[in-house]
Amino acid sequence: MSDVVEKTLTALPSLLSFDSQSGATKLSSTSKLGNLIRGITELTSKHEEEKLIQRELVSIKEQVSSPNTSMRQMKELMVRAIYCEMLGYEASFSYIHAIKLAQQGTALEKRVGYLAVSLFLNESHELLLLLVNTVLKDLQSTNLIEVCMALTVVSQMFPKDMIPAILPLVEEKLNHPKEIIRRKAVLALYKFYLIAPNQVQHIHNKFRKALCDKDPGVMAASLHIYSQMIQENPEGYKDLTASFVTILKQVVGGKLPMDFNYHSVPAPWLQIQLLRILAFLGKNDQSSSEIIYEVLDESLRRAEINHNITYAILYECVKCIYTIHPKSELLEKAAKCIGNFVLSPKINLKYLGLKALTYVVQQDPKLALQHQMTIIECLDHPDLIIKRETLELLFRITNAQNVTVIVEKMLEFLRVNKDDYTTIDLVGKVAELAEKYAPDNEWFIETMSTVFSVGGDMMQPDIPNSFLKLLSEGFDSVEEDRKLRLFAVDSYVSLLQGEPGKLPQRFLQVISWVLGEYSSLREELEAATVLRLLAKLLDMKSTSSETKSWVLMAMTKLCEGGAGVSVAQEVCETYSSSLDTVLRQRAQELQHLSQDCELRARVLPRDAGLEPLEVDSSLSFLDGFVSEALAAGAAPYKPPHQRQEELAQSKALSLEPYGLSLPISMSSCSIADRQSPTLLSVSSGLSGDSPDLSHKGGSTTLKLDGVKRVWGREGYLSQREPVEESAQVEVPSPLRSPSQQGEADSSHSQTPAPIPTPQPEQEKQQLASSLFVGLGSQSSVCLMGKSEPTTQRFRREAKGPSSSSASAASEQISNSLVSTPSTANNLLCNNLLDSNVTSELTVSSLEQTSQLSQSPAAANGTCDVELTDGDMKESSPSLVRDNGVVAADPAPHEDPDRPEDLCLNTHLPAEFSGLCHSEITPLCSNQSLDLSACHVQKEDSLALVVFIYNSSDSDIQQILLELDSDELEVSCVCDSAVQEARSHSVAVCQYSLTVKRPSVHVEVVGMVSYQFPVGTPQSLQFSYKLPLTSFIRPLTVSTEEYGTMWLDFSHDTKQKLTLISDGQEPLADTLNVLKKKLKLHVVEIIGMEGIIACRLLQDQPCLMHCRLHAGTLSVWLRSPVPDLPDCLMYHCQRALQEH
Amino acid sequence: MIRYLLLFSRQGKLRLQKWFTPISEREKKKIIRDMTTMVLARPPRSCNFLHWKDLKVIYKRYASLYFCLAIDNHENELIALEVIHRYVELLDKYFGNVCELDIIFNFEKAYFILDEFLIGGEIQETSKQMVNRAIEASDMLQETMEEYMSKPAF
Repeated sequence: MSDVVEKTLTALPSLLSFDSQSGATKLSSTSKLGNLIRGITELTSKHEEEKLIQRELVSIKEQVSSPNTSMRQMKELMVRAIYCEMLGYEASFSYIHAIKLAQQGTALEKRVGYLAVSLFLNESHELLLLLVNTVLKDLQSTNLIEVCMALTVVSQMFPKDMIPAILPLVEEKLNHPKEIIRRKAVLALYKFYLIAPNQVQHIHNKFRKALCDKDPGVMAASLHIYSQMIQENPEGYKDLTASFVTILKQVVGGKLPMDFNYHSVPAPWLQIQLLRILAFLGKNDQSSSEIIYEVLDESLRRAEINHNITYAILYECVKCIYTIHPKSELLEKAAKCIGNFVLSPKINLKYLGLKALTYVVQQDPKLALQHQMTIIECLDHPDLIIKRETLELLFRITNAQNVTVIVEKMLEFLRVNKDDYTTIDLVGKVAELAEKYAPDNEWFIETMSTVFSVGGDMMQPDIPNSFLKLLSEGFDSVEEDRKLRLFAVDSYVSLLQGEPGKLPQRFLQVISWVLGEYSSLREELEAATVLRLLAKLLDMKSTSSETKSWVLMAMTKLCEGGAGVSVAQEVCETYSSSLDTVLRQRAQELQHLSQDCELRARVLPRDAGLEPLEVDSSLSFLDGFVSEALAAGAAPYKPPHQRQEELAQSKALSLEPYGLSLPISMSSCSIADRQSPTLLSVSSGLSGDSPDLSHKGGSTTLKLDGVKRVWGREGYLSQREPVEESAQVEVPSPLRSPSQQGEADSSHSQTPAPIPTPQPEQEKQQLASSLFVGLGSQSSVCLMGKSEPTTQRFRREAKGPSSSSASAASEQISNSLVSTPSTANNLLCNNLLDSNVTSELTVSSLEQTSQLSQSPAAANGTCDVELTDGDMKESSPSLVRDNGVVAADPAPHEDPDRPEDLCLNTHLPAEFSGLCHSEITPLCSNQSLDLSACHVQKEDSLALVVFIYNSSDSDIQQILLELDSDELEVSCVCDSAVQEARSHSVAVCQYSLTVKRPSVHVEVVGMVSYQFPVGTPQSLQFSYKLPLTSFIRPLTVSTEEYGTMWLDFSHDTKQKLTLISDGQEPLADTLNVLKKKLKLHVVEIIGMEGIIACRLLQDQPCLMHCRLHAGTLSVWLRSPVPDLPDCLMYHCQRALQEH
Repeated sequence: MIRYLLLFSRQGKLRLQKWFTPISEREKKKIIRDMTTMVLARPPRSCNFLHWKDLKVIYKRYASLYFCLAIDNHENELIALEVIHRYVELLDKYFGNVCELDIIFNFEKAYFILDEFLIGGEIQETSKQMVNRAIEASDMLQETMEEYMSKPAF
């Protein structure tokens, strides 16, 4: 078919001249649109086009606003307006008319109206509100086509806030006799689910009905919703696994109507959707996976026709097989499939083959070895996309032995690549590899220099930052540090002596810092020479002023001795009158410091340690000044965002009665003042009540990250490491004994023995051997493969798997069962980190875990320890993991006497003994440390207790716990700062948490770093999730107080909730459930209405008004805190559903 | 999920644009510019998949027209290629030997067909017959309305 199309389309140029002959164009050749289009094709320049379109737009504008224009003409005008917009000219005047057309036109005009609306406006456009009524009317229309149009536009875009208005009508359509209406209704609900999941939470059972619809099309549409929901929460839908398998079996078996076939393959889209869902369900779940195996096998078998669409299905099968619990037969078939893809002459398949290899290579490095020659060929492929994908694959298999070759290949690619996004990504990867696996100093510095010059100014700013941090912090040996720095100085001096004009700004900044800091290490290098080189940078036109200030700061550190001072003076003269205030400041500093040696030595001491600077960030020294000014009548300081907010409030229409508008602003002020518990103000008691710290709703810590603070009193301020680890799982370092190498080799007996090969072939083989050296390749090919254990020299910290990568790690582990011994061994170093946590938990099913976690909540209404999905995942027992460990390593680091939860309970600080606490959940662990945590709900605070159990045989010192969260303020309860943990004992840390920004679930991420008496510092990362409800406390107010507060709060949300109607008094019952589960205070119940109050810790109230209405509960939540009503509504909904 | 669909000619002229997620006008212009330059620069017979930021771009050329689809990174590239092909088939069935001019002059029809085929970035109807039936049903209405309107009023 495509050939036919292509032929027709190639005939196009000839058609252009005789367009009257074309059937379709005949219609419009006389129309105005036809004239416009033809007019434009005849034009030669952009300028002429612009003139023509502007004329056209003027004429359209005139006509649309004329009252005599009929709807029929309007339709034609809209089509022309759409065309103009498509060419990139704005026709915003027509938007309102498009809505009018959709509203007033008859069916065919309406269709154009709706199309224009969907093309012109997007979800957030304010005019869209005008469409709501039209949609409502059309949804109720008896004309099917109008209903279809309305549903189509609803699933294109619909204002989020207006969903409740049409939701009942859309729901109703799920029962419509016509399947096309049902299908569109399901897709509209899918759209709602995507943009506002809690709006459609109550209709989940209707989704099930759609899934069971007799029309396969409706069922297929419902899979979109299920795919989304299952991805978010696979545990909740395990019961559907068998149903999905049955559906897939029927589809594969050709049981669907012929209509669904595509090129004689039965419903491929449906198949792929189902495979994807099954992959979610079978991931890390052996029992579900076992249900899936058979149908996967059948899908693989049936997909045999040589067509793109079957390859698409095969590819999805392969992905599924490698995602779910492994089965060796299927893995073999999948590996064969991947092989076929990689070897295929079709370039698209080759690409997918490489992608699949990248996906599986960590589980099965053997597979990459089998295809090593193809991979080498792909490295030199003329298509950059293929090359890029190959590098991605190589990146995953990099280790200390092949790093130089792989990085060289990457840099080669970078030099020819033109795409910015790829450059940024790849530069980051090179930097990461260089840092992790650099074989020696020279290589590292040179590679980083290339990274800086190629990456230029678009690369991620943390690359130069972490490079400088690495240089300044150093690593194991002082001598090595010195050598590295010296080499950097040498190579940068020679770079500056060359043509520094070509270097990117970021690189110049790095160079100036390094020279400023370390050029004194090279004794024969005179400071004046360096200063002159730096001064040369200042004179270059291309140097940005940011770089100039880096240069000036470097010069400040260097200006010593007569010659140096004179260079410095020269520079100062030029820049101390610069218009740029920063430069002028730096120049002034330079001038003063170059003249006053003593002062300079104090400000910029040589060999300054890296102790963190003490910065009085609360600016408490200004308190006297501020209070004086305040006393003299100055207005208190308000941060800009608060000022803006107030401005906006005063501008916005007041919907409240006039008399009350004053108290609104008053109360919002007083609330703002009350909520200022801050980390910083605690440290400087003086400024605790200084007005600038009482941001409304915002964080009260000074925002330092917006301001670039690179230099401090003692030089460069090292930046904090980003907490988030890169998502990919590390390739285990190749620490293998020769015997294991042998084992690995023997497992590759199927690869032919090397025979004498021609020259180019030999080169390739050499390349192959150097690329795949760490993966256990054939010893005969292994020219460079001396598998001596190499340590990673530039590793600053052990990047233990954080909880986010834990699932990925477990994936690997689960696969270790079937991989070669060498792989299993490689994987060991990863899985051991995990094994301790889960090994003793032998709960058989996940339902049990969730029941366990929820039962306390039901039992005593005052304590909520509902575990979130994330938690469940962490604690979910995986028998597979244990097996993996046992099979791979007979001497595991498991401790028989590691602390059970029960034992940890005894370590709970005494003051919490009477309070209820959540279940103690393991956070992370490795050979020496086990971290667990729970939270304790106190009357007016929430405490997080972290247990650090030292499972090793030696004492651990300098334990440092750092916690951070987007949504929470975390402060350490001062007397609990742990420093050391004795062998086989538990240390306990306490933190108090307060909410910064409400969110349905809040998460604390943290890092523990520690050090053994002998050995390098290590660290572990973890995260802890808890629901917002832990922060909710009852708020006891009287009805009168409630009344006055109600009007003062500006943020609100309304929704209908299901009623618990099994008792005598549904309202009271429902409210009691909410009271119990969420710890709310029921203020009063009057007839059909109830009022409830609660507060978020630290006195942020939230009020709730409930009313019985037609069998449901309409709930209205109000609070002064943004987002709080929404989040609370979510939890109310959950609480009622779970009941 | 499909993020957007663009149709443009070999000269880089946009013929059709459909955005399935809200994107600002400025961003749209940038995407269109990026896509046309990226796709038009591809030599013939090279891979049909490209990377663009965190999205995957799938493109295919039919005579003088390029069909270009952006999908999420984890989606199946090959099936996206078939989405394009099915759309071309649908156009072909509707117009009968479709050519670029059909799409230029009747782009609103092309949009209608697309709306029956994809909704909110997901496949709605994969059957050629069904899509055509839906389009024809609305067209019929159009025809009868046009007849009705063109009837003399007296």
